[in-house]
Order: sequence, then structure tokens, then C-alpha cells
Amino acid sequence: MNDKIKAKLLKKSRAARTEQRGKFLSTTCIVLIIAIVIAIFGFIASHGLATFIVNKVNPLTFLFTSNWNPTVMHHGKPEVGALPMIIGSFGVTFLAVFLATPLAIGAAIFMTEISPKIGKKVLQPVIELLVGIPSVVYGFIGLTLIVPFIRHLFGGTGFGILAGTLVLFVMILPTETAMTVDALRAVPRHYREASLALGATRWQTIYKVVLRAATPGILTGVVLGMARAFGEALAVQMVIGNAALLPENLVSPASTLTSVLTMGIGNTVLGSAANNALWSLALLLLLISLLFNLVIRWIGRKGEIK
Amino acid sequence: MNAKKWDKISTLTLYTIAGIIVMILATLLIYILVQGLPHVSWHFLTTPAKAFQSGGGISIQLFNSFYLLILSMLISVPLALGAGIWLSEYAPNNWLTSVIRTAIEILSSLPSIVVGLFGFLVFVVQCHLGFSILSGALALTIFNLPLLTRNIEDALRSVDAAQREAGLALGLSRWETVVHVVIPAALPGILTGIILCAGRVFGEAAALIFTAGQSAPPLDFTNWNPFKITSPLNPMRPAETLAVHIWKINAEGIMPDAEAVSAGSSAVLVLAVLIFNIIARWVGNHIYRKMTAK
Repeated sequence: MNDKIKAKLLKKSRAARTEQRGKFLSTTCIVLIIAIVIAIFGFIASHGLATFIVNKVNPLTFLFTSNWNPTVMHHGKPEVGALPMIIGSFGVTFLAVFLATPLAIGAAIFMTEISPKIGKKVLQPVIELLVGIPSVVYGFIGLTLIVPFIRHLFGGTGFGILAGTLVLFVMILPTETAMTVDALRAVPRHYREASLALGATRWQTIYKVVLRAATPGILTGVVLGMARAFGEALAVQMVIGNAALLPENLVSPASTLTSVLTMGIGNTVLGSAANNALWSLALLLLLISLLFNLVIRWIGRKGEIK
Repeated sequence: MNAKKWDKISTLTLYTIAGIIVMILATLLIYILVQGLPHVSWHFLTTPAKAFQSGGGISIQLFNSFYLLILSMLISVPLALGAGIWLSEYAPNNWLTSVIRTAIEILSSLPSIVVGLFGFLVFVVQCHLGFSILSGALALTIFNLPLLTRNIEDALRSVDAAQREAGLALGLSRWETVVHVVIPAALPGILTGIILCAGRVFGEAAALIFTAGQSAPPLDFTNWNPFKITSPLNPMRPAETLAVHIWKINAEGIMPDAEAVSAGSSAVLVLAVLIFNIIARWVGNHIYRKMTAK
């Protein structure tokens, strides 16, 4: 009799067992996600480093020379100078962000400070819709609208850094605007009231108070736009011309890390030197997107202290 | 009076900038719809694509897009729900949790082409799934998981702490509180997050070109046995989606009416995103009102 009661008391209740099972289930999910992140880095690093370990290419040659002919063996090593793609990627990214940021900040100020009504009722839904438009659609517009336009203006094929820049500009404009609007809306109302009460004009309030207070949030939006532009593959591939050469000017065919990957992975044999070189590009892409992420975290932490 | 003059100038400038942006964005939307909608007809939506002749449609691609979306959602929603519950209810406040959060953030910031390449390496090559719907759905799951997890976590977190305390005070375990109290209360937020993510997945192409493949073999829409190769439900067949189709026909350039087909497909994609957004808004407002009787 005693034993029965003891056993009953010591046995876990039904509720406790459900709890255990539930916690185990949700922990498994999170562990799986972490495992995926580790696996992505592991797999891409193991293939990407093969160029340097198996094919014995000097990493500096990879980063700073500009002959990209991975199928051609030169003194037993493939010619893998990734500089044209690195310049192409950074070129389109920085130019697009350079164009988009002032417009995005201006539009966001308009939406939050000058005409919140139009901002909320008209611009907000349109921008939300544009954030969601698939990138291939932007690429297609670039191909049918922007490329012919550039061809008409500057001659040549129309494909190149300029076309890539304009496509990315249109693509990240809604993203950056939406992020900046969030940053400006997060500035407490009493900041504005205090500034206006001191006799500042609306512009002085915006420029000296609101924008200063929202700087970390705005910067986060800018870097996020940069990361999106840098990682975009198909839209850029469609308009950049896909020539792995150092771009002579903004309207000569060029290529980016993502465009070469898009074109090449399907045409090379897994494990060959040419294929390894492509994985090295993927690894570079991975590391740079990691860098963008670190910058965003760093800005966020700086903004917190204030 | 200098300050006032500047105020006027800047206001004017901001109006101009807003005008420019509205113009760019409006032109974009109108261009897509005006170019595309005339090509969208019942015939266009229900005819298979033709590679070398004009007059093809997008029926198979459209079906593939929806099938992939549903399959990847079936995998990613339970996973994201579990992870979201862990992050909002069980996560201890320590370094491990912050590492886990960082990892999820990194995953969400990876370029989708990298996710596609990883999927190609692991699912297509290592797991011998080949270019198939299953590989594509798994790659889309990886693409989708971080954002979905964050949306679900935010929705769960926004539930009032008093609700949890009430559940626990009634003697429910934490898990039971989550399942019976917190999740129902957070449902509108969770659904909105899922639908917005669905819109993103629907238009994704870069993660799919090396996982779900770039070809759309003919389907027999009368054969619903998932083990037959021509069956629309077979998860092991290669499946080009609508977004991949736009990219593919423009990159190849052998289809004579590629531009018309891409314009039509683009309009369909944009309309789909619009519909997803509207549904998300409606779900957010309507279900919330229905459940809270407000």
C-alpha cells in the first residue's frame, strides 16, 4: 500500500510530462535552425577553401588580380582573379545606396513630419507592396525599360554597372524608406515639442533634433539596403552584361559575385577547379554579408547607449 | 528671418523628393500592370509554356509556385512555431540565447543565392534528391525560417504577461499555457506573419534555380497519384516556378514572345503579392475583432 502511494507521488504528473515533451519539441526546433546555420557555413567554407588548399591558389591572387578564367590552367593553377566581380558588386551596391539614401530619407521625413496623413494612407501601403515585389520583376523591368534607355542615351549595349545600379536603386528604395520611416516614428514626440517650444522652425527641428535622434535607425536601414543590394542575384544578372572583366566605364558589360555564381554553378562539375573557384566566390559573398550583419549590430549597440 | 526662409526651402525640397519617389514608384507599378495585364487571360493562365513558339501560357509554372509554397510552408511553419515558442517562452536570459538570436539574424541576412547553393550542395547532390520540388521546398524553408521565426516570436511576445500568469495561476503547465492561452491570443499576429512570408516565398527565384530546377516537364492534371512522374503532386519532379520562369526565358532568349510572357507573368506575381498583402491586413483586423469581440 505504502509503495503504491510512494510510486504515485514520485511519478511525474501528466501535466509535467506534457510540459517536458513540449519544451523538448520547441528546443529541438531551435537546435535544428542553429544546426542549419552551422551547416551552411561549414559546407560553403569547405568547398570555398578548396581553391586555396587543393588548387593551391594564393588568396591574395584571388582577391587582387583581375584574370578570371577558372577553366584555364596556368602553371597548374586555375586563373581565378576575382577583382572584377568584387569591384562590380561593391560598385553597384554603393552607387545604388548613394542614390537611394537621400531620396529615402527625404520621403520618410515627408511621410512622418510633413504630411503624416498622406504618408499613412497613400505612401505606406504602396511602399509595403513594393517591398514585397519579387526581384526578378525588377530585373525584367530593368531589361525592358532601363537597358534600352541607357543604350539610347550612351550607345553600346546598355548592359553594365549603370543598369545594375538603377535596378538595385529602385529595388532598395522602398526597403530603405520603410526602415527610415520606422526610425523617425520611434523618436519620442516630446523631442519635437521641446524643440518647437524653444522657437525652432519645423526644418530646424527635423534637421537638428529628429534626424540626430534617429541616426542609428537610419544607418541600420542604409546598411540593410546595402546588404540586400549586395546579395541580389537574378535582377542584377539580367542587366549587368555578365563579362568577367574589369569594368572600363559605367556602361560596359561587367559582372558581380552573384551574377557569376548564377551563370556558372550549373555549367561546372562539382569538385573541379572551376567549380571550386565559384564556391570561393560564394564564400566571399557569405563573409561580406556576415560583415554587413556585424556592422548593423554595432550601429544598434551604439544607438542603445544614447 | 533666415531660419524661416530655410524652413520654406526645405519644405519645398521635401515635397519635391516625395513627388519624385511617388512618381518613380507609381510609374513602376503602372508599367508592370499596363505591360502585363493585357497578356493575362484565362488562356494564358491555363496553357502550358511553349519553348520555341509564341502563344504559350504559364499553367504549370503557376501550379508549381503554389505547390512549392504550400509544401515549404508545411515544413517551415511548425519549425518556426516551435523555435518562436522557445525564444519567447523558454529562452533563458544568457549568452547562449544571444548567440542563438545572432545566428538566426545571420541566417535571415544571407543572400538567397547562397541559400540556393547550400540547398544544391546538400539536398540535390548529397541527399540525391535531384532537382525536385522537395529540394526546392527545403531550400525555401531555410530561406523562410528566420523571418517567420521572428514574426511568430514577436506575435507571441506581444501577448500580455497577465494572460500567462492567469494560465499558470490556474495550475496549467507552461506548455499548456502556451498552447491554450498564448497561441490563441497571438493567432492574428502569427497568421499575418505567415501570409507576409508566403508572399516573399512566392516570388523567390534565386534560392530555387539550383534546387527546384529550371525545367517544367509536362503534367497530367487528371493523374493525382503522387508516385507517378507526370502527376502534379509528385514531389520528386523538377519544377520551374513563375519567378524562375521570368528569369529563365529572359536569360535564354529563345522564346519568340518572351517579353510578352514575362510581362504577363510579372503582372501575375505583383497581383499575387498584392493579394497576399490584402489578406494579411484583413486577417490582422478581422480575426482580431472576431476573437476579442471588440
